Amino acid sequence: MKRREFLQQGGKALALATVTGATGLLFHNSNSGSYTAVLERSTSFEVPPDKSFPGIALARQDDPIATLNSALDAVGGIKRFVKPGEKVTVKPNVGWDRAPEQAANTNPILVGEMVRLCYEAGASEVVVTDVTCNDPRRCFLRSGIREAAEKAGAKVILPVEEDYIKVNMGGKLLTAWPVLRYFIETDRMINMPIVKQHSLSICTLGMKNLYGILGGRRNQLHQRIDQSIVDLASFCRPTLTVADATRVLHRGGPQGGSLDDVTIENSVICSTDQVALDARACEFLGLSGDLVSHIALAQASGLGTVDYESIGYKEIVL
Amino acid sequence: MTVKTVRNLRRVSQVVFFLLFFWLILKTTFEVDFSPSDSGAIVLPYPVSIALEFDPLVALMTLLTTGSIYKGLLWSLVILIPTIFLGRFFCGWICPLGTLNHWISEIGSERRARKGARRIESNRYKKYQRIKYYLLFIFIGTSIGGSLQMGLLDPLPLLARSIGTVVLPIVHTFSIGIRDTMMGTGIPPVMAVTRFLYDLFAAVMLPFRQAHFHTIISLGVFFFVIIAMNRIFTRFWCRGICPLGAMLGYFSRFAILGLEKKASACDHCNLCLISCQGADNPDVGTRWRKAECHLCLNCQASCPQGALSFKFFPEQENTVENPAATSKVDISRRKVIGSVAGGLAIFAGLRSGDAFAVNASPLTIRPPGSVDEHDFLARCIRCGQCMRVCPNNALHPTLLESGFEAMWTPVMIARIGYCEPTCTLCGQVCPTGAIQELTLKQKVGDKETQPNRIGTAFLDRGRCLPWAMATPCIVCEEWCPTSPKAIYLRDKIVQDREGNDVLVKRPYIDPRLCTGCGACEFACPVADQKAIYITAVGESRSERNQILLEQRRKA
Repeated sequence: MKRREFLQQGGKALALATVTGATGLLFHNSNSGSYTAVLERSTSFEVPPDKSFPGIALARQDDPIATLNSALDAVGGIKRFVKPGEKVTVKPNVGWDRAPEQAANTNPILVGEMVRLCYEAGASEVVVTDVTCNDPRRCFLRSGIREAAEKAGAKVILPVEEDYIKVNMGGKLLTAWPVLRYFIETDRMINMPIVKQHSLSICTLGMKNLYGILGGRRNQLHQRIDQSIVDLASFCRPTLTVADATRVLHRGGPQGGSLDDVTIENSVICSTDQVALDARACEFLGLSGDLVSHIALAQASGLGTVDYESIGYKEIVL
Repeated sequence: MTVKTVRNLRRVSQVVFFLLFFWLILKTTFEVDFSPSDSGAIVLPYPVSIALEFDPLVALMTLLTTGSIYKGLLWSLVILIPTIFLGRFFCGWICPLGTLNHWISEIGSERRARKGARRIESNRYKKYQRIKYYLLFIFIGTSIGGSLQMGLLDPLPLLARSIGTVVLPIVHTFSIGIRDTMMGTGIPPVMAVTRFLYDLFAAVMLPFRQAHFHTIISLGVFFFVIIAMNRIFTRFWCRGICPLGAMLGYFSRFAILGLEKKASACDHCNLCLISCQGADNPDVGTRWRKAECHLCLNCQASCPQGALSFKFFPEQENTVENPAATSKVDISRRKVIGSVAGGLAIFAGLRSGDAFAVNASPLTIRPPGSVDEHDFLARCIRCGQCMRVCPNNALHPTLLESGFEAMWTPVMIARIGYCEPTCTLCGQVCPTGAIQELTLKQKVGDKETQPNRIGTAFLDRGRCLPWAMATPCIVCEEWCPTSPKAIYLRDKIVQDREGNDVLVKRPYIDPRLCTGCGACEFACPVADQKAIYITAVGESRSERNQILLEQRRKA
C-alpha cells in the first residue's frame, strides 16, 4: 500500500468513525421513558359577579326560544356575558346518536338561538363543539345540532385527533389530560347541558357535561366519578351555564331511546353558578342537590352553592 | 377514424374507468355532510358499489350458489352480452385492475429480460395462460357446492378490497406522518403550507378518521405480489390468473370482431409482439388466440405494414405460413370436468372441516343484516365495501379465524369499533346481498319488531371493576343503546383491601335485550382484554346459534 492510499483511506475511515461516534453522543438520551410537554392552563371564562341580577333564573314557557331569552335576560342578558369581538365556544351535549325527542342531546333550537344571541352581542366567532361518545358525524347529524348551529352561523367542529392539547388540569385526580383546544383557545364558554338521568353520577347536568371537553380515555373517569366531575368543574369555569329542561330524560340515561322515559318540561335554567344550576336542575329528576354526591362535593370544594335561592333565584312562568 | 385514434380512445377509456372505480371507493364512506331521510335513516347518496354489480363473474357465481341474480347484478349483462360479439374488450378497455396491470407492466425497465427478442418471446402465447381456466372451473365447482370462493381472485372485488382496506389506509397513515413531521419543524410558513395541503388532500382522499384493518398484511402482500408480477411478465395476472378474464374468454368464442392477418404484407418485424398485452399471438405465422386478446389494438396500431387489422367478420386465411385464428380456449373438456370436480372436492373439503358449522368461531360476528352463514358464504365476494363504509371501523377481514373458507370475509371486532345502532350502511353497499339492506326499524326494532342482533354480550367477572376490584365503573351500562338497557345494575356493598365498605353497581346482561352491538365492549375501560365482550351467539341470522328458547326463530 502506498503512503498516499494509506492516508486517504485511513482519513476517510477516521472521518466516518468520528461522525458515527458524534452521532451516537449527540442523540444519546440518558433519561428513560418519554416525556410529553403539557400546557399549564386554567380556563376561567367567567364574568365578574353582578349583584343587580339574580344568580340563577328559570323560565317555563311553551316556546323554547322565548324560554331561553326570558331566563337569559333575567340573569343579565347576553350582553353581560359576551362582549363585541370575543370568541365564544358553545358546548351543548351531543353525546349520542339520538334524535332531539329522545332527550339525550341538548335541544337544537336552544343551541341555534344561543349562537344567534352570541353573534347579536357582537361575538367575532361562535364555535359549537363537543367530544361525543358515538361517532361524531352521526351525533351532530341526528341531534340536529349541526344543522341548527350552522344555520345560525356557528362554526361546528367535529373533533379529530389533532384538535386536542394536553393540559395539566391541576385537579386532585385529573392531572394531564387531552382537552379539546376550542375549550382553551377561546374567550367565552357557554355550557349547555340537558337534564338527564345517569346510573353512576345519578344525573348528568352542567358539571357532568364538561366531560365533553376531554379526549383520551374518559371511560376511566367513572372509577371516581364525583371527584373527576369536581376536578373538571374547577378547571373549566364556563361564562354561563344554560340547562335545557325542555325535555327531561328520567330513565335509560345518558342515552335514552324510548320516548316513554322522556317528560316535557318546557324549561330553561341559566346561571353563572354551576353548582346552583345543577342543584336546581336535578329537581326535575326528583332529586335534591345536597343528596347528589358530586353536587355536594362540588359545594364542599368551594365551586358554588347548593342553596340556589341564596344567590337570588328568579322563576319566570307564563 | 384511424386505428391510432381508436387506440387513444382505449387509453382514455382505461383512465376514465380506473378513476371512476377509484372514486366510487373513495365515496364508500360516511361523509360529514350527509343528512338523514324523513325516516331518520342515513342513506348513501351514490350507488357506490355499482362497479361491482357490472361484474359478470359475480353474477355467474352467485347464480350458481344462490339460484338468483341479486338486485343490481343484472347490470353485468351490459358487459357480458357485448363480450359475446366483441371479445374481451372489458379487459383491455374497462377493467381497473387490468389497467393498473397494464400501466405497471409498461413502465420502462432496465431488465434485459423485458427488452428486444426476450420481450417478443414473452409476449407469445404460453401454456401457463391456461391456469386461469382451471381456476375458473375450480371456482365453478365450489360454487355448485355452495361456497363462493371466486371473490378471492375476481379482479373487481380484489381491487376494491385492496384499495379500500390496504392502499387508502396506508395513504392515510403516510399523509398523517408527513403532516406531523412538517408541523414538527415549527417553521410558520412550512406549517401553513402543510396545513393547507393536508386539508385539501384530506378533503378529497381521506375518510373522517383513520381506519385500522385487521390482517392488512395478508391482503397487502397478496395485492403487492399481483402488482409486482407485472414487472416480470407483462400482465401476468390478466394472462394467467384472472378468472373473470377466463370467463370472458369463454364467452368471446363466437365474437364477430377479430384480427385479420395479411401474410403478404407482413415483413416479420415483430413490432406487434412487442406491445401485445394479452399474449394472444397477433403476429403473422402463428394462430391468433381470440380468447386471450384484450382488444388493446396495440398490434394493429404498431404494424408499419398494415398487415394487421381488427374487423367484423375477418377473412381467415389458413395456410401453413399463416394459420387461421382459433376461438377455442386452450383447455380440454377433460380438464374442464377435472377442474369442476376438483372445485367440488375443495368445497367438500372445506365443509368437512369443523370451522363451518360444528365448531364455528364465537368471533364470527357478522355485520347486521347478514344472512345465515350457509347463505353468507354463498354470497360474500370479499370486496371489503362494508369494511370501508363502516363509520366506526368495526368491520374487518378475517384471516383464518372463521375458517379458511371464510378468509377475508367481514366480521366485527368490537374492541376496535362497535356497530352503531342506527347505521345501515354496510347493507346498503353490499352488492350481493350477503348483508341485506335493513331499514332503520328493522335494525333498531320497535314495539312490534325485534331488533337485528349480531351477537350477545358476556361479562368476564374476573376482570370487571365492580365485580373483581371493588371499584365503581358501569361504563358498559352507560353505553348500552337498547331501551330499556340490556345491561342492568345491582347495588352491592363490597369490601376493598383495607376492609372498607364500598358501594358498587354490578352489571348484568339480559340476553333478551342485547343486540350484540359491542358498544359495551368498545367502551369498557379494561383496555387490552375487555371485561365485557361479544360473541356471535344470539345472532338474528342463525336458527341454531341461539341461547334462549324464546328467541329460536320459527322455521
